[in-house]
Amino acid sequence: MTVAGTGTPTARRRPAIGVRGRAGGVPVALLLPALLGLVFLVLPLAGLLARTPWSTLPQRLAEPGVLTALRLSLLTATLATLLCLVLGVPLAWLLARVEFPGRRLVRALVTVPLVLPPVVGGVALLLVFGRRGLLGGWLDSTFGITLPFTTTGVVLAEAFVAMPFLVIAVEGALRGADRRYEEAAATLGAGRWTTFTHVTVPLVAPGLAAGAVLCWARALGEFGATITFAGNYPGRTQTMPLAVYLALETDVQSAVVLSLILLVVSVAILAGLRDRWITAP
Amino acid sequence: MTAHLLDAHLVVDRGGFRLDVPLRVAAGEVVALLGPNGAGKTTALRALAGLQPLTAGHVTVDGTDLDRPDRRAFTATERRSVGVVFQDYLLFPHLTALDNVAFGPRRHGADRRSARETARAWLDRVGLAEHAHRRPRQLSGGQAQRVALARALAVAPALLLLDEPLAALDARTRLDTRAELHRHLAAHPGATVLVTHDPLDALVLADRLVIVEGGRVVQEGDAASVTARPRTDYVARLVGLNLHRGRAEGHGVRVADGLVLTVADRLDGDAFVAFRPSAVALHPARPDGSPRNTWPATVAGVQRHGDNLRVQLDGPITVAADVTPAAVAALRLVPGQRVWAAVKAAETHAYPAV
Repeated sequence: MTVAGTGTPTARRRPAIGVRGRAGGVPVALLLPALLGLVFLVLPLAGLLARTPWSTLPQRLAEPGVLTALRLSLLTATLATLLCLVLGVPLAWLLARVEFPGRRLVRALVTVPLVLPPVVGGVALLLVFGRRGLLGGWLDSTFGITLPFTTTGVVLAEAFVAMPFLVIAVEGALRGADRRYEEAAATLGAGRWTTFTHVTVPLVAPGLAAGAVLCWARALGEFGATITFAGNYPGRTQTMPLAVYLALETDVQSAVVLSLILLVVSVAILAGLRDRWITAP
Repeated sequence: MTAHLLDAHLVVDRGGFRLDVPLRVAAGEVVALLGPNGAGKTTALRALAGLQPLTAGHVTVDGTDLDRPDRRAFTATERRSVGVVFQDYLLFPHLTALDNVAFGPRRHGADRRSARETARAWLDRVGLAEHAHRRPRQLSGGQAQRVALARALAVAPALLLLDEPLAALDARTRLDTRAELHRHLAAHPGATVLVTHDPLDALVLADRLVIVEGGRVVQEGDAASVTARPRTDYVARLVGLNLHRGRAEGHGVRVADGLVLTVADRLDGDAFVAFRPSAVALHPARPDGSPRNTWPATVAGVQRHGDNLRVQLDGPITVAADVTPAAVAALRLVPGQRVWAAVKAAETHAYPAV
């Protein structure tokens, strides 16, 4: 951090290692696209804020449709995250801690939803859980459970898309955790399950929380798989992103307000994540 | 011979390295596994704890086989009556000192309240009652060590295992902690196995030393016999003796070509000769008219050693000699200097190397 030079830096020498010195070291060919990239990322957000109908904002927020979509979004994203935790954490543990043949293949499969276009995910879910799908028909005839075009369907679609984020984050945390703590727990009489719940999980809690937040954020913004698998029924499957898209066709200002809400929620998550886990010492 | 609480023969094959250590420890006895780094001490400890399955041999505690590869019997770590103090303690960072100590009793079936009571009593015994609610990172090294000891003892283990329990401490803390550890180990009714590469830890804490080198036991015995009669260079260095192996005939032991050391003991056959560095005298020329063992040597190096200086000598045998700074100045001892070394027969100790 300190300048390794002879003597103390004087007032005259200081500018030399300041802005001019640094800017002089950056080629224009890199600086220009970098600034353009920054503008490109920030400008749409600024546009959103600039076009927000601030005067009528309170009324628009109070519209029942907005609140319904928001409530549904928060509910389904939270349920999807819980589902991801219940299924994803053991999966991450398996990938991180158990040597089994085909582990690399399993890890690759887990990450497929990350790169898969969400719409394709939605179609795939329909083919499996649809009324005439591989499992859907059986679920329908045996238990009378119908998944597509229901709120449960929304949760499934969101979980499908968001789970890889959680699995990857938690697997990384598990690999980074010192396994000797688990050995210490064993010497104190803790079985594998107790060790997992009482030692491993607390040790990887930061990674677990970060993964869960990422997962939740991804679920909150899910659009493609949701509209394909669960449709767009207000109050049942119409989440915020779907409502934004629909509002854009009829009432632009309404779409702006809905977008603003999602933006605020996203930034709040980012801020929380940064403060607590990303920049943590 | 009394029945041993721990009766083990630890054989572990691990990629070219073979550990083969028989080990028996009576109830209330403290045995130190002493050896250089990489000797297999920690592997032995892990095998006793069930963290490293045996390739062959057995681990029997109180008559029950815990690990017996030939009968395909293996007891998981969590079902063994062991307590382990790990080298860097491994206190659970998310739990307070109290809950760290209560962890074991809780897993052994105590309810939360009585587990905490047990833990409180143990923290009290190690003098940390007022630190019960601190997290491990708020504890000093010495305090963490004591919490780790309390945590291991709180399950009343038949077998207490300590892996370099003092290695992570600074010199001052180590002194205090060593004395305190000695008190707790003496009070432990079960068998204790201590792994260390520090001879002082071993001499102070253990009733018996087992010296391990290259995965094998090279010497075994109580502190007095090991320090008086080292059998390998490693042990000799540990206890600060010059050690040479040779062939004895009466009072003479041929330790090198052309050098027969006259010794006080009388024996025949393969023998060790040991003498203290302070027993070696240095002369500028060959001392005559004395019944001493003398030989020409070359100074290889001079180091500070306590109040004196330790001179490393090359020659027919490599020897360390402790001399006063005044002698070094008078003899102008610098590397490469030729001197005569002398040792009185009465200052040597010879014993059979069988």
